Amino acid sequence: MDFGPFLLLALMEGLVTAAVLALTAVGLALVFGVMRVVNVAHGEFFMLGAVAAWFVTTWIPGPPAVGFIAALVLCPLLVASVAALADTLVLKRLNYDPDATIVATIGLLYILQQAALSLYGPDARPVEAPFTLRVQFPWFGYSGYKLAVIAAAAVILAGVWLLLARTRIGLVMRATQIDRETARAFGINVDRVYAGVFALGAGLAAVAAVLIVPIQQAHYLMGHDPLLLSFIVVIIGGLGSLRGTLVAALLIGLSDGVISVFFSPTLAKILATLFVALVLVFRPQGLMGRRTA
Amino acid sequence: MSVAAKVWALHLGVLAALLAAQVVLPAYHAGNLARIMVLAVYAMGFNIAFGYTGLLSLGHALFFGAGLYGMGMLVALAGWGAGAALVAGIAAGGAMALAVGLLALRTAGVSFMIVTLMFAQAGYLTILYYTPYTRGEEGIVIDRAARVLLGFDLSQDVTRYLAAFALFAAALLVKLALVRSPFGRVMVAMRENEERSRMLGYDPFRIKLAALVLSGIYAGAAGAAYGLLFGYVGASFASIQYSILPLLYVLLGGAGTVLGPFLGAALMFYLIDLASGITTAHLLVVGVALLVLVLFAPKGILGALRDRGLKWLP
Amino acid sequence: MTSRLIGLTPSRRTVLGGLAASGAALALPARFASAQSAAPIKLGFQLHRTGIGAAYGRWYERTAQAALKLVNDGGGINGRPVEILFEDDGTDPKRGAEVMEKFASQSNCDAVFGALFSHVVVGTAPRAGELKMPYLVCSEGHHVASGKMNRWTLQPGITDVKSQVQAMAPWISETLGKKVTMIFPDYAFGHDHRDAFVPAIQAAGGEVIEQIAIPPTETSFTRYLPRIPSETEVIYHVMVGPAVLTFVKELGEFYGSGDRPQIFGFIDSLEAVNIASPGLEFLEGTHFWEGHCRYLQPDAGEHEATYRAAVGVDDNGASLADPKDISTYAHMFSPWETLFILKAGMEAAGYQGPADRQKLVEAIEAMTDMPYGIEHPQGAKTFNGKTHQVFGLQYISKVEGGKLVKVHTTSPEDGIYPDEADYTTMSF
Repeated sequence: MDFGPFLLLALMEGLVTAAVLALTAVGLALVFGVMRVVNVAHGEFFMLGAVAAWFVTTWIPGPPAVGFIAALVLCPLLVASVAALADTLVLKRLNYDPDATIVATIGLLYILQQAALSLYGPDARPVEAPFTLRVQFPWFGYSGYKLAVIAAAAVILAGVWLLLARTRIGLVMRATQIDRETARAFGINVDRVYAGVFALGAGLAAVAAVLIVPIQQAHYLMGHDPLLLSFIVVIIGGLGSLRGTLVAALLIGLSDGVISVFFSPTLAKILATLFVALVLVFRPQGLMGRRTA
Repeated sequence: MSVAAKVWALHLGVLAALLAAQVVLPAYHAGNLARIMVLAVYAMGFNIAFGYTGLLSLGHALFFGAGLYGMGMLVALAGWGAGAALVAGIAAGGAMALAVGLLALRTAGVSFMIVTLMFAQAGYLTILYYTPYTRGEEGIVIDRAARVLLGFDLSQDVTRYLAAFALFAAALLVKLALVRSPFGRVMVAMRENEERSRMLGYDPFRIKLAALVLSGIYAGAAGAAYGLLFGYVGASFASIQYSILPLLYVLLGGAGTVLGPFLGAALMFYLIDLASGITTAHLLVVGVALLVLVLFAPKGILGALRDRGLKWLP
Repeated sequence: MTSRLIGLTPSRRTVLGGLAASGAALALPARFASAQSAAPIKLGFQLHRTGIGAAYGRWYERTAQAALKLVNDGGGINGRPVEILFEDDGTDPKRGAEVMEKFASQSNCDAVFGALFSHVVVGTAPRAGELKMPYLVCSEGHHVASGKMNRWTLQPGITDVKSQVQAMAPWISETLGKKVTMIFPDYAFGHDHRDAFVPAIQAAGGEVIEQIAIPPTETSFTRYLPRIPSETEVIYHVMVGPAVLTFVKELGEFYGSGDRPQIFGFIDSLEAVNIASPGLEFLEGTHFWEGHCRYLQPDAGEHEATYRAAVGVDDNGASLADPKDISTYAHMFSPWETLFILKAGMEAAGYQGPADRQKLVEAIEAMTDMPYGIEHPQGAKTFNGKTHQVFGLQYISKVEGGKLVKVHTTSPEDGIYPDEADYTTMSF
């Protein structure tokens, strides 16, 4: 294949990665930004979304699209409630102490992984895409569903932006992020906001997983990579900046595919990793974060 | 009893107990303790950076791996003796920490976390990239014949235990001296309030770098020792799991305490071991235990003890 | 003594018999060499219950349990019942070595078997050697035959990847094509395939024209596929891991229904996965190496049905309890066969207890021919006592109508390669 189409293919693949990564990372950015806690179990919420999608699509009869739409609606809600429960039962009691939260979320990680292993099993299982459509470009065929994923992620992200920028809930969340004590003084129930943010973050990760699961498979260990990648994206983008998160997701999603066009893939991954580190070394606030003193 | 006397009595007492344990405990637990002690050295190094200086690094597996592979490659590929390779491994851990620190300490907080994480990931991938030499994730065996230190065969149970103990004792005593020294107090000052320390005339960058290098030396020593004592060098030890492990041990046992890392290492080991004996869903047991521990002792076990009365605990 | 125990009225004979039996059970085998101990033989099983190997571990446990039942129903080993202690190693080398300690020091097992993943094997072998524990691995890695392990580590229950790959080359070159593009994971497992296949296909008159090494943890493969040269006649792929279904699907999407090269894969990619899954339609007409044919073949041996019934799989290689639960059929025979090898070895050595562990290893080293039978349902094998590695038959199947149909069985010579080590010259 000629270089041009080859690059185009790599870019399109990168867009799909970036789309899913953006959703997961925005979820983490909200939790990190508003609650200031490191949620090591964020990847497991992602995994739960995928595993739940498998259960839903297997149990709901009829054409795959029906099961998929149901999963798209139900799974994020399910995972969000698990997250809200975890927040109320555990994280609140720890008073969101940073170190303790790390240990607690590691514990949560083990629990969720074991639950998936026991109830779902160790196999990687596919979920049928809601539709199969092969889009024929002049140089290669491409999955229509993947293009739909990009579109769906964009729509959901737009929805999240609307929620944060234009609704009262978003206002409350942003206020709590800027100054927790003052927000409390204004009568905002910070505990409930935190539970809601934690739930929303988990729900976004779950929706990303439901979108990606027809392309990848649902596997009980699949939360590991999304955790790492979304963390990197959030920090590179800059804490407190959702736009930064989006830009970083795009950059990292696209570059992963493109760099490996030029270098041996493992070497490309090494270079990409070092590049991320150096970006932060020379610009610690990330691409769009505010520099803290 | 003065505070100093209490401190030394406690720590020397622990060491004496560990020494006696080799004779008293059944072979299985003695073997476990040897592993726990080496991992505790790793965790103690992590504690120097994290518990005392406030540097939360997610990339310590890079330093552990540097020690492990520094020793392993020299022994397996270049035929070096165990002693020289051990020293080389320790130096590798320190050198890697220096290199990473020079770059990473330009950042702080969450950025520092990610930068260290990224360097560790790059290190892991590099080990895989050089699979022709390292055998990557499959790893290599260190020949029994090569695991002889100062005439002692490290593959024998008693020798192995004593070697692990010697390393642990040295690491413990150095750390104890460190945290009770003026430098140790400066480290804590950095953690508590960096700006104020700077105003008092201390250079945060140099202090933090020194702490990180020390931490890397400990990690490298633990890595090199683990490979020599147990005969295996593999990429899994440089994976992110091994960056999380010391953090977990330290947080469980008590960050900012000298004995905390050892306690945490022992606790996690036996938690997993005992849980595996009760149920096949042992991850669940471990997860619940972690939640319970953190709900009732958020500062770790020794941290909680210190808060509740043993104020002199270093 | 004829005291009346509640609910029991033991006669003097049974009391004396009981005392004698318990006395024999307590007797140290080394001291009372002639006493037939009724204490069970304890075997440790390094099980991948969690971690990346869990899908295989599940089935390994099943076949080991099934083999255990058969052995015990047949009177055990040397008249003693056999117990297997399963411990989860988390598919992690550190934990693997730790459970070996447990087996040796805490449970005093007679032998340990069961590990599949190479890094667990290599991480545990040193400790096995130090603890003088017979360590029979079920791994198909080349590590044992390479001579890098120790005299206590053996692989008598499954052939190794070098032998498997080498045996494929003649058939591929003759039947599918001579210009091969290899797609493999960029770590030791994939490198082993590459290092074995490149010379083997050359010897068979072909060549590898392109090598595509995919980095670990890759979840999407489409961008690598354009690197397949257009003159490729055969694509040889051996991707493994949870993402492998994605790989297969994307390979199908890439080629669509148009022209495509011949495709040869290893069933490792699709263990525990239903070939008839949606998205895998394009596998129709492609070929796979199978260690043991998943679908019951018309020329299957006389013991195949018994084996399948014992391990609980149907004629499609799926669980009898759930037809959607596909087994890891190409690998799971190894714990079964290894248990029977332990039995044969212990019986040949007159094994009494842990003091006889060295005799057990020597007895296994002396084994050569392992004919087809219920103890070796995968096929006849030959054990090389010097390299501690067994050699045997490999199968090549074609996907037809959503099932795997065997089209070729290799001959034993196809997979033999010169010895790279001699463990019998090493000390215990």
